[in-house]
Amino acid sequence: MTLAGLLDAALGRLDWNALPFWEMVTHPNASSIINGLIASGAAGIMVLGTLVTIWALTRHRLWGMLWRDWLTSLDHKKIGIMYVMLAFVMLARALAEASVMRTQQAVGLGGGFLSPEHFGQLFSTHGTIMIFFMAMPFLTGVINFVMPLQIGARDVAFPLLNSVSLALTAAGAALVMASLLFTPFSTGGWSGYPPFTETGYSPDVGPDYWIWAVTLSSLGTTLAGMNFAVTIYKKRAPGMTMFRMPLFCWTALCVSILMIFAMPPLTLATSMLALDRYLGFHFFTNTGGGDPMLYANMFWLFGHPEVYILILPAFGVYSEVISTLSGKKLYGYTSLALATICIAVLSFTVWVHHFFTMGQSASLNAVFGIATMLIGIPTGVKVYDWMLTLYRGRVRLGVPMIYAAGFLMLFVIGGATGIVLANPSLDYVTHNTLFLVAHFHNMLIPGLLFGMLAAYAFWFPKAFGFRLEEKWGRRAAVSWIAGFILAFFPLYGLGLLGMPRRTVAFFEPAYLPFTLIALVGAGLVLFAFGCLVAQLVVSIRERDDRRVPVGDPWDGRSLEWSIPAPAPEWNFAVLPQVETRDPFTEAKEQGRAYRSPEDYEDIEMPRNSAIGPIVGVAGFACAFGLVWYMWWLAISGALLSLGAMLARGFARDTVRIIPAAEVREAHESWLAMVRATPRIPRHEENTPANLGHAIPASQEEQS
Amino acid sequence: MGTGFSPLFSAPCFPLSHAGMRRYQLHLKGSGDRPKAGSKERCELEAAHCVSSAVQYAKWLCQWLSVTAAFLLLSGCRVESFLDPQGPVAAQQRTHFWQVTALMALVVLPVLTLTPWLLWRYRDRGGADYEPRWGFSRGWEIALWGGPALVVAALAVLLWVNTTRLDPYAPLASDANSLRVQAVGYDWKWLFLYPDLGIASVDLLAFPARRPLEIELTSATVMQSFFVPALGSQVYAMGGMSTWLHLGADAPGRFRGENSQYNGEGFHMQKFEAVAMDEAAFEGWARNAATASALDTAALDALEQKGVASDLAYALDRPSDEILFGGLPDDLFAQVMAETAKAPMAPHDMAAGR
Amino acid sequence: MNTETGRHPGLNLGSGHAEAHGEAEALVFGFWVFMMSDLVTFGLLLATYVTMLDNLASGPGPKDLFELKPVFIETLVLLTSSLTYGMAILSLKHDPGRRLRPVLAWLGLTLMLGLAFVAMEAKDLHALLAKGGAPQRSGFLSAFWALVPLHALHVSAAALWLVAIAAQIWRFGLDTPVKTALLRLGVLWHFLDVVWIAIVSVVFLGGLA
Repeated sequence: MTLAGLLDAALGRLDWNALPFWEMVTHPNASSIINGLIASGAAGIMVLGTLVTIWALTRHRLWGMLWRDWLTSLDHKKIGIMYVMLAFVMLARALAEASVMRTQQAVGLGGGFLSPEHFGQLFSTHGTIMIFFMAMPFLTGVINFVMPLQIGARDVAFPLLNSVSLALTAAGAALVMASLLFTPFSTGGWSGYPPFTETGYSPDVGPDYWIWAVTLSSLGTTLAGMNFAVTIYKKRAPGMTMFRMPLFCWTALCVSILMIFAMPPLTLATSMLALDRYLGFHFFTNTGGGDPMLYANMFWLFGHPEVYILILPAFGVYSEVISTLSGKKLYGYTSLALATICIAVLSFTVWVHHFFTMGQSASLNAVFGIATMLIGIPTGVKVYDWMLTLYRGRVRLGVPMIYAAGFLMLFVIGGATGIVLANPSLDYVTHNTLFLVAHFHNMLIPGLLFGMLAAYAFWFPKAFGFRLEEKWGRRAAVSWIAGFILAFFPLYGLGLLGMPRRTVAFFEPAYLPFTLIALVGAGLVLFAFGCLVAQLVVSIRERDDRRVPVGDPWDGRSLEWSIPAPAPEWNFAVLPQVETRDPFTEAKEQGRAYRSPEDYEDIEMPRNSAIGPIVGVAGFACAFGLVWYMWWLAISGALLSLGAMLARGFARDTVRIIPAAEVREAHESWLAMVRATPRIPRHEENTPANLGHAIPASQEEQS
Repeated sequence: MGTGFSPLFSAPCFPLSHAGMRRYQLHLKGSGDRPKAGSKERCELEAAHCVSSAVQYAKWLCQWLSVTAAFLLLSGCRVESFLDPQGPVAAQQRTHFWQVTALMALVVLPVLTLTPWLLWRYRDRGGADYEPRWGFSRGWEIALWGGPALVVAALAVLLWVNTTRLDPYAPLASDANSLRVQAVGYDWKWLFLYPDLGIASVDLLAFPARRPLEIELTSATVMQSFFVPALGSQVYAMGGMSTWLHLGADAPGRFRGENSQYNGEGFHMQKFEAVAMDEAAFEGWARNAATASALDTAALDALEQKGVASDLAYALDRPSDEILFGGLPDDLFAQVMAETAKAPMAPHDMAAGR
Repeated sequence: MNTETGRHPGLNLGSGHAEAHGEAEALVFGFWVFMMSDLVTFGLLLATYVTMLDNLASGPGPKDLFELKPVFIETLVLLTSSLTYGMAILSLKHDPGRRLRPVLAWLGLTLMLGLAFVAMEAKDLHALLAKGGAPQRSGFLSAFWALVPLHALHVSAAALWLVAIAAQIWRFGLDTPVKTALLRLGVLWHFLDVVWIAIVSVVFLGGLA
């Protein structure tokens, strides 16, 4: 075999025409040039961004630090931060894609500039990225950072598994990014319905990219869910019973259980589709006894609990934010915990509502419709409980509270449209229209995204030791709210007028005003994202003005606020003994906060490990090889992962001891600083006077 | 007011005290009497500012919406929707829709009105009652769980009644005979077969008004969804099996039909016309269609090529706005269902010799 | 009688193995949770199989393809391997001299039985192919080939893990990580038994009834 032949075989079905500019260069015409430029531009930004990052790291000699302090770290706080950073990067891309689609639809009367093929890829990557590579990493990162601190633990139950979960998710994200350069991605949407995604109708690599990216992500998520569940069950501080946990931990627990049980149906559905595509099986083909309806059932058996995985952590964040920023105990703790459990359980009983129009009997549809509406009851209870938490509180309208306020009002509207869709007879005229698209964005943006952005603003000081700048934060929050309203409320109208989803162009002039307004909204959303970037830049530049070393900038109620900011590696110098809910507020009110512990002990922390990064690279290699039929690469990646796991079994020196003396010194010097720092009342919390030491709101003198 | 600032930010909407209002105006002017950072006045100002900006945004949004509504009304654009129902199915769906909206308003409006009020009334340093330890009330629990439960119970009754009544598989209540049509979804066009009349058409569903229309659907390719918004329900069409849909039109008219389940590059162009006609006009149309040439193998092959109706018309040398066939093979619909084996197979399928 | 409180379901090592006993709680509980996600996977595959029982596409069905005798033998082999694994753990727990030989002997027997199971399955599947039962033949066969070989793959992975643990025992002796690994592998091994019983009942006995 010649060298050229060997190279050809090694590259599988990867060929020049995978490059985004190939079509425009070899077959230039108006459409291929415009679309080629957009696609190449996107690929170019990605490549440039990667190169710039590499250059910056090299220039400032940060590779060592990156490897030692971040990539191989098993610290849940660092892993959480990396998850959130991944989410923000993917959010940028998915927002860009949304903007291109919105622009196309604003000019899409009778045509437009975007080719149908390009549009098909855009809506598929937009959905896939937003769900699997923005929302899931964001919430996993927030839970990772916050939950162990709130239950008084030193780390999650399985720190190495935590690192591996992050690596798998990052590998999936990298695969989707690679599809910008080695095109195309799937055009089958984020749900990938066969037979459209079978080889017969999509013979290109697109659906394979989707299958392996989603599989990597779902594996990472299953492991993360298992990790979080065991942590909450087994690693709570002494005295912290389940009903003394902060509500965020209740939602984290229910989310983990949902992850454990909801990811397998997805892994199965995508694996079965892969078997169809790679080995000619007949699970979902039209021919040979395949059953595409089976895919719909399996995918949505995952898909519905998935949306509750997305929303429950946000509910937890709102509980924390609303009670803390109202200076008040959370109203209805037990109800909220029970409602969370109800929602989690009910989420497994409603999946058919995603395909009411597939021809099931009326009574079957009706049963699932009623089950769907039942979830509205515990959700409504939660909304009212949060409002009652505001009632007779002392509410500060900081950035997290602005998001919470937008959430409360916008989410119930989305819930109402959900009730409309839950009625099969109404679903028959709104299914697959923009009404549906508006509904789920209405749940996800004010629900999930605002919750995560609120979490970002709320816990950023704990992670990095300084507050975020308020003005840009407020601009971002208000722009998100206004942008969302303008971008999506018109879609409700369009859906009621019968405009289908996933449609690149339309022929009804009546749609035009709506798509134009939606475009303005998209612009406002981009501006909001820009405000977040500006906020971060300004905050880092002016961080000394906003340092909060005492660690309690908001007069927090739970344990994470009782430790320094940034949080030390070991979280708690001495594990706390918990006797009530809101333990830190109780301690502050009784004057017990910031006392020196009697005794310090050695602390055992896990050593760094390269297994995570190795599994990430190996996973990416395996997936990329599978997509492009580069079998040597796929097998190598799989063997490397396996080898790493087996080698880990022989590792014995996996723990390091931090001597008690070191802990004592760090902690006592911090306590000395605390005692020398003046406490501030709540109305000064956004001033430089706020060093993180709080007068409890209930003890504040208010004239 | 009106200090030259953008109207978006000039008017507080909640009543400040007279002194507060005066200070607010001076604040906007940027004058020296600026409340101190952290003072009660400053917080009041900033909160009012925030709330008022939000209100101003909302006002601007309403203005935009009214402009759009006016544009729509005045432009005479046709807007087809179940909200302007042209048949009994859509009419019932519209009624149900408004009933659900009204019930949900009971839940939603309190939240929309009370949330801003709560934020304002119980703001920090606003002087309202403060109960930091109040976290439970049995009365409230009963109301909070009970209220939504009652609303959901009412909705559940409406749901059950409407879902069973609007089952796409259930024939419409009518004295008149129904017209039987079989629909086959292709990439990217619809073939409508009239087995009792021995005719067929592409992307044109002609049917008599005021008579039930009974449609049996399948797909020759991937999952599709048959939808005529003005007449009501949609239903999926899938390969290897059939689904059913019953619709009707109250009066003659032309209605837009579409596919709502994405099936590739021509998806956005897979539109058709549903035309309700008087009995006499329909018979005339059917007679005319019967004179067209038959749906033979060449035509079937052309149908299976990827393309829209105009591509098909070109291939068959027909006028593109009316592709009619005057003869059908027996059992064509059943053949299509059995023959989704005609769909392209993966290379390994073919190599395995099936 | 053992009056100690167990920290997790199944055999607990007890205070005689203080360090391993303490560490096992979170590790074994976590592994159970992971097995529960696997249970969902196998449950769904069984449900898929049942759904696709009629999708023969004019091809061979259960009665044409399945034979009960090899399945019976395989069942005996797999269940016996679970017994020998249990003996391995018991000797780990109760051996006063902490000798390696009984543990390694029982583990070796388990491995041989497990590998025998996989080999027999492979032979069965080969025979199936010869009878025209390829997975590409029909939806029914696709469902069968997803379910039963996945189980065999799990058994193979468990066997590989067993070999890895044996290598660790050779290197480190019976230290804490090895003990907790053995406890977790035990959960997997017995879980695969349960799944096999379900497969035999639904696929083979159900198919031939």
